[in-house]
Amino acid sequence: MLLLAVAVTLYPFLNVVAQSLSSEKYIDFGQVTVWPLGFNVDTYKLVASDPLFWINYRNTVVYTVVSTAVSMLLSTMFAYAISRKDLKGRGFFIGMALVTMLYSGGLIPTYVLVNGLGLTNTIWAIALPNAISVFNVLVMKSFFENLPKELEEAAAIDGLSTYGTLWRIVLPLSKPVLATMVLFYAVASWNSWFPAFLYMDNSNLYPVTVYLRNLIAGATGAQDAGASADANLTQITANIKAVTMVLTVLPILFIYPFIQRYFVSGVMLGSVKG
Amino acid sequence: MTSTLVRPERTAPSRDDRARPARRRRPWWRNWQLYSLLVLPVAYFVLFRYIPMAGNIIAFRQYVPGGNIFGDSWIGFQNFQLFLADPSFWQVFSNTAILGGLALVFGFPVPIILALLLNEVRNRGFKRFVQTTTYLPHFLSVVIVAGMILQITSLTGSINFVLKAMGLQAVSFIQDPAWFPAIYVGSEIWQTMGWGTILYLAALTQIDENLYEAARLDGANRWQQTWHVTLPGIAPTIVTLLILNIGTFMGVGFEKILLIYNPATYATADVISTYLYRVGIQSGSFSYAAAIGMFEAVIGLVLVLSANFVSKRLVGASLW
Repeated sequence: MLLLAVAVTLYPFLNVVAQSLSSEKYIDFGQVTVWPLGFNVDTYKLVASDPLFWINYRNTVVYTVVSTAVSMLLSTMFAYAISRKDLKGRGFFIGMALVTMLYSGGLIPTYVLVNGLGLTNTIWAIALPNAISVFNVLVMKSFFENLPKELEEAAAIDGLSTYGTLWRIVLPLSKPVLATMVLFYAVASWNSWFPAFLYMDNSNLYPVTVYLRNLIAGATGAQDAGASADANLTQITANIKAVTMVLTVLPILFIYPFIQRYFVSGVMLGSVKG
Repeated sequence: MTSTLVRPERTAPSRDDRARPARRRRPWWRNWQLYSLLVLPVAYFVLFRYIPMAGNIIAFRQYVPGGNIFGDSWIGFQNFQLFLADPSFWQVFSNTAILGGLALVFGFPVPIILALLLNEVRNRGFKRFVQTTTYLPHFLSVVIVAGMILQITSLTGSINFVLKAMGLQAVSFIQDPAWFPAIYVGSEIWQTMGWGTILYLAALTQIDENLYEAARLDGANRWQQTWHVTLPGIAPTIVTLLILNIGTFMGVGFEKILLIYNPATYATADVISTYLYRVGIQSGSFSYAAAIGMFEAVIGLVLVLSANFVSKRLVGASLW
């Protein structure tokens, strides 16, 4: 049973990798499964020769770095403040965040707002609207709460301000949770495509996920009115899509063995503390 | 730990008479640095979370593109009446309920079963290997997942390869509305089953080993132990996750459906959120789409609240 689960999980990955290394005629006959047929790396060269692919890839890197930085700044400030029991109105601020988990304004008002603020076609349309994940904040809050209070009290007596305590005592002690949160935000941002798709109309600004989405959409006939460029992409072959998928997912796969246990402990922390 | 430290201050203030006046005199702005940390995050919540909530007012108003984000003139419940009378709305409404329901019924038990199986594995290395691989899809972009779905189900994809090998006709899965629910639910399970086991595995480690011993002494076999000890042990976790899942079940995988559906499969694939995306963003009927979105969000809220209420009454477990 477990081996079956593993096989089912892995199969699509192997299939995509095999396709990316296969020659097109075998794919067209639907013969490629987990082993490349007609092995070649020409498709990789082809994809790598598209300047737009590299522009979009670089965009993804930039968006990920900036979004993660903004998210970390806001989340840490908020989580630390609400972790302090001496904060008057603490319950109000926590409640304010929790409400947004249950009810959200929805796609349309958010879209109208982002457009109204003039964020369209800027990185801020991606970095700001989802900057704080309340779940992540709760994980950080419970971590901060479990730090020994005596250290903070000692710091206060020694004349450190709140900023000083946060910067010199709390944050250095919180490296594990901070690392986890950076990974959470960075992976989410690397993987995201919809905000860019929604708020950007210049292909030079797209992240690589939208580049890939346009390749995929071009071949399914799922063109939508907004994306007229898709029409030119209808003959994108399976191996080009496979190569792009492999290249997009590669950084994640590469760091995956290292990040996995952080993610697991992060989820645990959040769940155990509720 | 912290609560025991704080409480004496409150219940026995007389013990430390000198500390109290000092504390009294300390004005709230002495803590201005702490409050200053809140300024940006609170501004974020107000701007990007609460203003859009208030922005739902455009559902009751006529919005002119480029105009006031709250709309420009009152039209009352016109938009709500409009979509309640719209047959395509009821189509997407039932699709949402069907896809959400199927994903819940088939997807929810899978992580539990997987976790129970993993729990029986004594070989640590093998257990880690299974966990590592089954978590993997959780870290993928939905665009990649959609790409994989489309390739595997395509005419030249692996499923058709097997069908042809068995001498059957190739099926154009992705163009066939009848297959859409299976593709959607199957891929949801694929993506979430491994990750879903984490919380159950954590709950399983909390179960008292003595209970198993007692059960063994009473002559319980492996199955009976699972049934009488393990399952009751993780029941609170199951209920909690069930409430959460019920709450989000109207919010079926919008991004994934947007990526894999096409006009040929609208009949079964179009859900409320994809419909409102097309109506609102693509056709520019912001007020009408906002009304639909509000309706959807309210249903979601009612579902969480009632699931929570019911489970509090029946099982005694609740989220708050």
